[in-house]
Amino acid sequence: MSAVLTNPPAAPRQESPGLWTLAWRRLRQDAVGMVSLVVVAFFLAMMAASFFGVVAEDWSRERGVSYANPSFLAGAENLEARAMAQKEAVTKAPPVDLSDIDPLAPRYKEWEERAAKIAVTEVKRAESLPLGGDKWGRDVLQKVIKGSEVSIFVGLTAALFATLIGTMLGAAAGYFGGWVNDFLEWIYNIFTSIPYILLILAFAAVAAATGKFGKGILPIVLILGLTGWTGIYRLMRAEYIKHGNREYVKAAQAIGATNASRMFVHILPNVSHVSLVQLSQHTVQFIKAEVILSFLGFGVPVDMVSWGTMLAEAQNELVIGKWWQLFAAGAAMAILVTAFSLLTDSLRDALDPKLK
Amino acid sequence: MTEQTQNVLLQVRDLDVRFRIDRKHEPFRAVKGISFDIPANSTVALVGESGSGKSVSAMAVLGLLPENAIVAPSSQALYYANPGSGAGRDLLKADLAEMQALRGKDISVIFQEPMTSLNPVFTVGEQIAESLRLHMGMTGNQARARVIELLNEVGIPNAQLRVNSYPHEMSGGQQQRVMIAMAIACEPKLLIADEPTTALDVTIQKQILDLIASLQEKHQMSVLFITHDLGVVGDIADYVVVMQNGEIQEQGAVRQIFERPQHPYTKALLACRPRLDRRPRRLPVIDDFMKGDGRPHLEERSRGTRPEDPIILEVKGLNKTFFLKEGLFGKRAIPAVKDVNFRLAKGKTLGLVGESGSGKTTVGLTLMRLHDATSGEVLFEGRDLLKLTEREMMAYRRRIQIIFQNPYASLNPRFTVGQILVEPMKIHAIGKDQNERVDLAFALLKRVGLAPESFYKYPHEFSGGQRQRIAIARCLTMKPDVLICDESVSALDVSVQAQVLNLLQDLQDEYRMSYIFISHDLAVVKYISDEIMVMNDGAIVEMADSDEIYRAPRQEYTRKLLSSIPKGLESAADLA
Repeated sequence: MSAVLTNPPAAPRQESPGLWTLAWRRLRQDAVGMVSLVVVAFFLAMMAASFFGVVAEDWSRERGVSYANPSFLAGAENLEARAMAQKEAVTKAPPVDLSDIDPLAPRYKEWEERAAKIAVTEVKRAESLPLGGDKWGRDVLQKVIKGSEVSIFVGLTAALFATLIGTMLGAAAGYFGGWVNDFLEWIYNIFTSIPYILLILAFAAVAAATGKFGKGILPIVLILGLTGWTGIYRLMRAEYIKHGNREYVKAAQAIGATNASRMFVHILPNVSHVSLVQLSQHTVQFIKAEVILSFLGFGVPVDMVSWGTMLAEAQNELVIGKWWQLFAAGAAMAILVTAFSLLTDSLRDALDPKLK
Repeated sequence: MTEQTQNVLLQVRDLDVRFRIDRKHEPFRAVKGISFDIPANSTVALVGESGSGKSVSAMAVLGLLPENAIVAPSSQALYYANPGSGAGRDLLKADLAEMQALRGKDISVIFQEPMTSLNPVFTVGEQIAESLRLHMGMTGNQARARVIELLNEVGIPNAQLRVNSYPHEMSGGQQQRVMIAMAIACEPKLLIADEPTTALDVTIQKQILDLIASLQEKHQMSVLFITHDLGVVGDIADYVVVMQNGEIQEQGAVRQIFERPQHPYTKALLACRPRLDRRPRRLPVIDDFMKGDGRPHLEERSRGTRPEDPIILEVKGLNKTFFLKEGLFGKRAIPAVKDVNFRLAKGKTLGLVGESGSGKTTVGLTLMRLHDATSGEVLFEGRDLLKLTEREMMAYRRRIQIIFQNPYASLNPRFTVGQILVEPMKIHAIGKDQNERVDLAFALLKRVGLAPESFYKYPHEFSGGQRQRIAIARCLTMKPDVLICDESVSALDVSVQAQVLNLLQDLQDEYRMSYIFISHDLAVVKYISDEIMVMNDGAIVEMADSDEIYRAPRQEYTRKLLSSIPKGLESAADLA
């Protein structure tokens, strides 16, 4: 509604606040929503910072002793580090003297002198790190930050992708019914008749064999998206069947609105809360699914870290009482996921003009 | 049963209910210190528009208010278990266990929507038996025998078999009968009926009212009958309490209220319902009585069609059959509209009357091509609408429009009123740019009597009558020639209904639109129509000018429909 009027009406014309402006105003009133928005924004900023190398670039450097204690447990005994140190000490002990039969023996002295000239500074490994270290002494805090990059990206984009497929197909099946519905139901049945893990593995195998899905983490996103849409499809289909017969849609048909307009302009905003809730649930599910894929070797490449790979490593560590990697990855995931689902709840409320 | 009795069953004193909205606003005062009595063995009607606090008062007595309600400590609802002797118990201060023992046994309720009040996954027998086992301590077999007895009593045929039916296997009227059976199962002393007939057809409404009246007499119980329609009260109530904005405006014996109403609001409620014997140019509305002299619009409007009227729409041999899937390949045909023929004159109104399931809505939707017709012709200025392609139809879409029954469902809740009004203009390229469309939308809002600020609001911020005005404005954006009103005023309070009917009439006078007015309310149809078509089981039973059909109905079915109009108002014939 622009302001230039040829014929100003008697009514005072105010600038109408749009749906999103109103939604933002309502969201600002919602303390829980704002806190979760800040938390999610923090995680996204962290992910971006790590992507551009601002933080945690050298996450793979071994900066602490093996299984370094977290700072708040700095004094605790670390048997593994001691064992590792002993092993290294053993390897540095002089070897058995074989000089009488070793043809190279006369040259050792010369080499040792040359080696002494090269300054080998033994890096002093830290006894404790902020959130502890892993088996190789890598900083768990940095791993968590670097891992967020893969996990959030995979979880979010795969969930967006799955929600998009599920919503489009669900809308088509529910709205048109008839043979479109039959056809899509048939595809749905095929997808759901295969056990989920097997289905993922089948897609992963195809992705690995053909290489057509690209490299790195993109295949994981595609695999999760292409296998995870079924539940969303089913829910959206039900919503569209329900709303397709509502009077407001009939009224839209009566004024001549096209099918596409009725599906996406009229019905979609009224059922979007279902997609939003599904989006947040699937984000969580896909962050976990990436763990399974990584564990089975179809996930992220070995030179990358994700919360999934951290959790997979944590299984063995937990047995020997090193719980901090599990804790760090689990807490990061729990905080993000909780904040994310609270945020989607608040978003849904904020976008609903009925709830004020 | 109109004699004054000393035996009071329930005494409501200074009932005051507020609702907390949020921290910023003062609690909303829904009921403002009302007092009334329910004598034993009599029917008290609580009448008022929606939002008048009538249901809230009843729910307060039952202790069924929502969490955010505050009942003032000075309020009392004294219940005398043995009227005439003993002290009363204050229900508002009773604890939960006490109330649970009372509810369903001493006091029971019938709600407006039988479809949503019954649990769809239990048979009706199980649902009625539940309260028998709970309150009367009956065993399974005893309860079942009693349920069959009850179903017989409320007039369900084949009670032996129907006891095992699920709610969806019954019609709306039968479901309401089941609700009544459930309510009287434990022989309550007080039956609260909250708009029990509003969702039902006239013929069914009459049956249900008769049933409640006869049960009241037989079981010597008291009934608190809540309704927005003074018309239905006349036949069954002994006392009437008229409420407006949380206050009692007038109360008294039914004859006094109908024959010598004191308060202008009561007079207005009595006058705004269309009547069969009169047809003023405009229906009186509440404001006429509250502000004006109370005697407006006595001029009569003449109705009827003449053979030389130009015809805008002609329907020939219209058939619509629905198919239900049966088994793997089988289909069962359900004819909804059978060989319907009629002509609609320009600037006139054709009333379409019938009970639910008679196919009248299907006729409307088929004309709009919202349903595909099975066969027949719909000639609009000589062109058959049913044969047009979707693209050709677009040009006609704007000329034939529909207003639906439920104003709460027919507006998209996610659109502002502005978007709702501008959308059809955009689709049909009415107005040369957005500015012109917005201007037109403002003009139309003014025309249908809504404030300009409405443009920026969402549908939920409006009342039912206002929403129906928005729906009318949406149709007007396209300046249609034919407007189908599908039960458009049926969901509205009687007083609001008068306003919307007046608006529709004004618009017809102004734009010379033709209306097809679909309704089950014969008084409304009589008021607004020039010609009336009665439908039953998908076929036309009778068709004639409206005065003609009410004066001399030719068919048995028409006579039956006419006889079920509530007679309460006829006694108050010459008030307004």
